Amino acid sequence: MDSQPIIEARNLDKFFGKFHALKDVSISVRQGERVVVCGPSGSGKSTLIRCFNALESHSSGTLVVDGIEVFEGSKDVRKLRQEVGMVFQQFNLFPHLTVLENLMIGPMKVRKVSRDQAERTARTYLDRVHIPEQAEKYPAQLSGGQQQRVAIARSLCMETRIMLFDEPTSALDPEMINEVLDVMVELAETGMTMVVVTHEMGFARKVADTMVFMEEGRIVEVAPPDQFFTAPASDRCRMFLAQILEH
Amino acid sequence: MALSETAGLRGPPIPKPPVHQQVLNSVPVAVAIYAIVVGLIVYGSFAGAQNMGYNWQWYRVPQYLYSFTDDGFQWGEISVGLVATIRLSVLSFALATFLGLVVALLRLSGLVVGSAVAVAYLELIRNIPLLVLLYLFYYVLGPIFGLDRYVASILTLAVFHSALISEIFRAGINAVAVGQWEAAKSIGMSTGQAYRYIILPQSVRFMLPPMTGEMVHLIKSSAIVSVIAVAELTTIGRNIISDTYMSFEIWFTIAAVYMVVTLILSVGVSFLERKFTVDQ
Ligand SMILES: Nc1ncnc2c1ncn2[C@@H]1O[C@H](COP(=O)(O)OP(=O)(O)OP(=O)(O)O)[C@@H](O)[C@H]1O
Ligand SMILES: [Mg+2]
Repeated sequence: MDSQPIIEARNLDKFFGKFHALKDVSISVRQGERVVVCGPSGSGKSTLIRCFNALESHSSGTLVVDGIEVFEGSKDVRKLRQEVGMVFQQFNLFPHLTVLENLMIGPMKVRKVSRDQAERTARTYLDRVHIPEQAEKYPAQLSGGQQQRVAIARSLCMETRIMLFDEPTSALDPEMINEVLDVMVELAETGMTMVVVTHEMGFARKVADTMVFMEEGRIVEVAPPDQFFTAPASDRCRMFLAQILEH
Repeated sequence: MALSETAGLRGPPIPKPPVHQQVLNSVPVAVAIYAIVVGLIVYGSFAGAQNMGYNWQWYRVPQYLYSFTDDGFQWGEISVGLVATIRLSVLSFALATFLGLVVALLRLSGLVVGSAVAVAYLELIRNIPLLVLLYLFYYVLGPIFGLDRYVASILTLAVFHSALISEIFRAGINAVAVGQWEAAKSIGMSTGQAYRYIILPQSVRFMLPPMTGEMVHLIKSSAIVSVIAVAELTTIGRNIISDTYMSFEIWFTIAAVYMVVTLILSVGVSFLERKFTVDQ
């Protein structure tokens, strides 16, 4: 495994007006590393990973992602986003386009790939997420689990080097969670760099190289999963784990 | 639901509509009243005209719509005027849509200069009467920039209607969920690409009804250009009347023609709209 960090955040602070959402956050992610971020609601998990693809701009500190320095007003933001995919809690598929078009529009319009090439790539990744037969449907005709898998495929079609997931299964009915997690596990096996915000601890145990626990805008704990689940250093983290592992 | 039940239990019983209202709202009664009211208006105006000694000559009207002569079928003057009105309206509407989109994008651009320019433009247009705007374009800007009456008319209508159209665009664009912006950006799209491929195509659904209303409005306000004698429906109506003195028949006809066109437009678009929603 390459030990070069692909995401390097140093002393990030983020303010929403007066509200201090990220407090002196430093984290580094190696190429191919799988990081799972958890923590109570409002602790800044989304804010942190949204900084990684510049959907939020941090207020101070330095952030380098895939060799590109991220800062407000940077000209390289679009270049950065082509290397960093994002999967949202609410899927955010484009409702006016078919599944296939959802997957093709990024490569065609952003990467300027030919239509044929884009379609081939799209079908490859639809296979990967196990729904090749849904290509011609509109998002609204799919189940939540299928929509989220399309959303994952949409990011993959951009051939990104890093994938960010913001609670990808928390808007899903329980019976659909596993089909999405399975796809993510398979993706992890390909060596993709992944930063996943989730409370699915089974998934975390299976794929995570590193667990991160956040609270009130701070990173409280960073540890490999064995240590994280068996002997968390902070009380707060222990309580949090006890709470969510109860279910 | 539970709330209304408890309200019904605790509070006074929900009142039945009064008897006279029930009777008035029943279909046969409503239709009868409607027919009587319309009949009275029509009868009243015809009787009034009769009292004035007005000489009705409806039989002379059809020739202004179309005629069969030895040369065969020919469109009449009113039909030609209608085509001119439609052309004028379509051109103006296209330009108004373009201007409206630009103004809306300026306002949404987040640039201070952009929204200042847009707001100034909107305030200016909204606070000038249409007729005065037309005079400005024709009598003031016309000579300065060499605009003929047709171009001045198109510009007037386009500028006047671009104000409301820009609001329609703004509302339509804002109606698209923020998640769509985020998804578009996160696959590397520029703001322009996000608008073009993701946001605007989704706004169309929200914009179709108010845009139709605006097109209807524009067709009607296009009549105003008759004051600078641009050849269109209303101007032609006036010309026919000055030749024939049939003011009642011709104005009724012209009004009916406007109504038919705008009704067809509204019905057509609502049909389109239904197709849109079925597709998705
Ligand atoms: N655009 C915004 N404007 C103002 N405050 C915001 C904004 N986005 C997030 N916040 C605030 O920042 C804090 C952190 O939000 P964030 O969404 O990162 O939390 P989270 O850990 O992802 O929580 P959740 O588990 O509920 O998704 C919250 O208190 C939230 O209210
Ligand atoms: Mg969140």
